[in-house]
Amino acid sequence: MDPERDFSELPEPGEPGSPRVGVDEWVAQADQLEERPTGIAGVLHRVGEVVTPPLRLALFVAFAATLPLWLSTGDLFNYGIFVLLYVLLGLGLNVVVGFAGLLDLGYVAFFGFGAYFYALLSSEHYGIHWPAIVTVPLVVVSTACLGLLLGIPSRRLLGDYLAIVTLFFGQAFVVFVNATDPVVAGKGLTGGPNGIADIDPLSFFGFDVTTRTQQYYVLLVAAVLVLVALHFISESRTGRSLRSLREDPLAAGAVGIPVNRLKLLAFAIGSGIAGLTGCIFGTVLTAVTAGNFDIPILITIYAVVILGGFGSLSGVVVGATVITVSFQFLAPENPQSNARLLFYTVIVLVLALLVRSWWRLALVLAVTVALGLSVHAIVEAVAPSWTGGAVVEGGRFADAIGNWVLIPQEHANFGNFAYVTLVVAVLVLTQIRPSRRIFALPFVAYLAAVVWETSFVLQPAVARWILFGALLVVLMNVRPQGLLGTSRVEIV
Amino acid sequence: MELPLFSVIDTIRQLGWTGFVELTRNGLALGSLYALIALGYTMVYGILKLLNFAHGDVYMIGAFIGFGVLNAFGGAPSPSLALLPLIVLMFLAAMLGAGALGVVIERFAYRPLRASPRLTVLITALGVSFFLQNSMLLLFGAQFRSYGSFQLGSGNPGAFEPGPLVDPLFTIVGVNVQMIQVAVVATSVGLMVALTLLVARTKLGKAMRATAFDREAAAMMGIDVDRVIASTFFIGSVLAGAAGVMFGLMFSQIFHFMGFLAGLKGFTAAVVGGIGSIPGAMLGGLLVGLVEAYSQGYLGGQWSDITVFAILIIVLLVRPTGLLGARAIQKV
Repeated sequence: MDPERDFSELPEPGEPGSPRVGVDEWVAQADQLEERPTGIAGVLHRVGEVVTPPLRLALFVAFAATLPLWLSTGDLFNYGIFVLLYVLLGLGLNVVVGFAGLLDLGYVAFFGFGAYFYALLSSEHYGIHWPAIVTVPLVVVSTACLGLLLGIPSRRLLGDYLAIVTLFFGQAFVVFVNATDPVVAGKGLTGGPNGIADIDPLSFFGFDVTTRTQQYYVLLVAAVLVLVALHFISESRTGRSLRSLREDPLAAGAVGIPVNRLKLLAFAIGSGIAGLTGCIFGTVLTAVTAGNFDIPILITIYAVVILGGFGSLSGVVVGATVITVSFQFLAPENPQSNARLLFYTVIVLVLALLVRSWWRLALVLAVTVALGLSVHAIVEAVAPSWTGGAVVEGGRFADAIGNWVLIPQEHANFGNFAYVTLVVAVLVLTQIRPSRRIFALPFVAYLAAVVWETSFVLQPAVARWILFGALLVVLMNVRPQGLLGTSRVEIV
Repeated sequence: MELPLFSVIDTIRQLGWTGFVELTRNGLALGSLYALIALGYTMVYGILKLLNFAHGDVYMIGAFIGFGVLNAFGGAPSPSLALLPLIVLMFLAAMLGAGALGVVIERFAYRPLRASPRLTVLITALGVSFFLQNSMLLLFGAQFRSYGSFQLGSGNPGAFEPGPLVDPLFTIVGVNVQMIQVAVVATSVGLMVALTLLVARTKLGKAMRATAFDREAAAMMGIDVDRVIASTFFIGSVLAGAAGVMFGLMFSQIFHFMGFLAGLKGFTAAVVGGIGSIPGAMLGGLLVGLVEAYSQGYLGGQWSDITVFAILIIVLLVRPTGLLGARAIQKV
């Protein structure tokens, strides 16, 4: 420092402009430079800061409790009940994967075990009809014990090997239930491909839970109880230990955290919740079959947890809602106009997240629309057989879509080629420099619309699996912490 | 519950010596397929410590490419090309196509995640696998496709006559060994020898071993790690593509979901042999194939998958490093 410098000119401590004591100048600047998310992400971020966890729960309960009042019974089943089932499943998986960081690929088998065990104890299959007040706790405890049993390998098996053992356990469960079906007491234990039918409804103290509305409220109570319990676990010492385990098991062990015991605990809690969900699932469907517990369901549960964000409870609720609603919109029996609405909404959302500024988004959308109209007009003039095909269940938008998207009248393989082109285009898009990406976006968005109208719309059930698979890959590459998760601490 | 032990002993007596040889034959042919798949798993694991769940689907797509080539030349009974060049062409197309797919998967799905935690990469792999399966379902539908291997090259489209592939080549204790079974075993052994030589003798093999041993150090020694990893994916996927065509030629029926179970079995083979070890993968493949064939013959088809899975879980519990795997030391 310059010894000749006159310090009397400097402002007194406390006056504006004085150097802050104990604060490094660089750190202070860096604090101000912190990136604030803009666009849609920014809006969500600011909303998330205002709404605290108890408020979130209250909002969720208030909204969920009124659902039966304005949804038809069928919709309540398809949307309300299934969202809550996935909320429960997601919460259980979140304990294992999100809190403790153990990759459990056999999770869906615990769900199945719970459902089948409940079905065996309360159905016509063996003529056993134990009351639910006994069966449910029994099933939950035994599923948790099964989880504990499967979790014991995790004491020795690190990371990947655990994923393998659980994946094979899950597959073995499906094969066992579906194909092996050993004969016990004169008939197949699990009913083979037919599964077990005529499962008793839940009943508590003589009150039977039979209607959809009653089942919905039972599920809601279960979901809220699990949510609250997990919130307290997550905020407790155990929760913090679990998270430290996820970040670095070795360091966690070194500071005296009982790593193995916590892993087993996480496994048991997760499986117990899956078992509970299995019981309710069995009573809601009144039948269980092996197909309900296979890989696609596992992927869906993972999509729920990953979309919401590892370790985030409200994330699970959001993820379950988004995934289940899109799942049902894409069901083949649902009118395609709903699925279409969802698809275009998602396209606009993705564009909004990619360009991150409102006026650019408007520009991209306008260019996309103009592009479609001009492509359609040119093709119609040059080769009319490539346009004018029927819009599948267009609804109100049939005319608009018919004039915008290329739907060939013949050329049966057009949809397949469009799909492959779209996949290649998206892959190429990831390689373009971000500043130039905006020019390619309208083309890809239009191509996506073409693929939707010529291919996906014909096989919505397949399309949803493709989209879920792609969702896992894209989310893991772009935002591994999910929508509401906290980003992982960087370990150097 | 009927005790299964007695029925097993009964079946063993019933099938006798001929049955045993027959099952061994099937098991060896199946096992060499699993060994090829296992090699891809084990190489990728050795170099990236990544379970590439999408590997089974690369194998499935290889089978479909072979089918496409076969169809382009007029289909099973009387293709417009002589049998041998046709089969060679099918293999080449499937191997190159699968290899390219493997490189693309690595480039776009896994490379951006090099520095990410394991969990992230594993979930990505799961997503890629699911994506590939369902893309094939979308493009080609759910129905089974048939190579028509039984009558492949019989030259008589009208009648259902056996072609040269199912000709008995020789007979051991009264059991016919078909041409295709010998060819499959011979081709897999040839590919494995080629792979072993590649890893042991060439510069690329040396670079692969160095990268598997310590990626950072290899990079500092001037090895282009990204290229080595891409080559590993290419070679592993090439082997899977070949296995896919072999499956089609041997069992005829292919469909979009075939890769999942085959992937699991190949993976079991890799783990049983000791994941990361190339001779281990071959040994494990044969072992899994034999176990599957025996359990199919003696216990019944519904038990064969469960037996294989149970073996995997037991091996992992008792000896997690597999039969030929080195003991892993956890580096901090």
